[in-house]
Amino acid sequence: MNESLSYIFINACLVNNFVLAYFLGICPFIGVSGNIGTASRMGGAVMFVMLVSSICAYGIHLMLEAINAPFLQLISFIVVIASTVQLVEMIIKKFSPALFRALGIFLPLITTNCAILGLALFQTAKGYNFIESLVYALGAGAGFTIALVIMAGIREDLDIADTPKVVRGTAIILMVAGILSLTFMGFAGLGG
Amino acid sequence: MDTNTFIKGLWKDNPVFVQVLGMCPTLAVTNSATNAMAMGLATAFVLIMSSTLVSLLRNFIPKQVRIATFILIIATFVTVAEYLIQAISIDIHKALGAFIALIVVNCVILGRAEAFASKNSVGKSILDAAGMGVGFTFALLCLGAVREILGSGTFFEYQVFGHGYEPWVLMILPGGGFFTLGAWLLLFNYMKERKAAKMQEISA
Repeated sequence: MNESLSYIFINACLVNNFVLAYFLGICPFIGVSGNIGTASRMGGAVMFVMLVSSICAYGIHLMLEAINAPFLQLISFIVVIASTVQLVEMIIKKFSPALFRALGIFLPLITTNCAILGLALFQTAKGYNFIESLVYALGAGAGFTIALVIMAGIREDLDIADTPKVVRGTAIILMVAGILSLTFMGFAGLGG
Repeated sequence: MDTNTFIKGLWKDNPVFVQVLGMCPTLAVTNSATNAMAMGLATAFVLIMSSTLVSLLRNFIPKQVRIATFILIIATFVTVAEYLIQAISIDIHKALGAFIALIVVNCVILGRAEAFASKNSVGKSILDAAGMGVGFTFALLCLGAVREILGSGTFFEYQVFGHGYEPWVLMILPGGGFFTLGAWLLLFNYMKERKAAKMQEISA
């Protein structure tokens, strides 16, 4: 495993974007992409939880290897992610009540965001070391935020556009996401 | 009454087409009908087992920690499912990859545990979970079949069109997943509109 850090970052952020290429975190992608403000705040929160749980997942992986119990991996990952989200919630509530109110229900919902569990699983499967894992988490979080904000921008315009009644709602969002996903395939040459 | 509990998961409350839950596995692994089938069955297995256990324990789980408990129960059965699939077929295990483990965060399962199994008897919960599981598998097959036939010209790895068929590669790529699901939802919306218009005609 000798990938440069910039390669890992671009790979996670653009080439293999978690939302548009791996289909991870589709629920918040569809649910929270109503306007740009909420979308970018959600992206920030997800990126933070990704970083923290990436560090934890790295530690857990080392520990489980030491006691030779790989079958506990999934269970410990999900528990750690759930408690990380809880911890983040408490910290934000204590230090920045304004941000806490702005995020509202989206904070606890991050627990069931598959992008976070996916990140923990992928970094373990790829055998990244500590620094590489951190960069990978940063890239994945940035990619998630980019996808979410672009989608929110398109949806804000879509709301005032004259679309037929049948396509309104999830159907048109999925179609737009498909086109976005095709666009992101154009980045494939960057990674190789 | 009891058949109704089962049937509603198939059609009226179909987890994918109507409730739009569990999108990630729905889109990610449906590039062939075989993968879709395997994913659907694995999810149905986890759904039925965890609903049974949640329903059995529903009077013992304290309310404050119920979500955490549900997730632990689900994670246990997903681990079981992962080792089962690995034992049955290494190829399918490879094709599905991390998405088997990601069944844990499939909102359909947690949703059923919270909304149905934690409030109803064991028998009813199993029926409900089975209906949802079959409905989920059906939806995945709908997507997988379209994508495999158009994208590689095969169905369950049997040739559908002759060798002259130029595969529509886009359909197996990520974008194709979004398009296919969008088109299915469009069809369902259209059918719903038609039905509503007919009902209005009759009543008018």
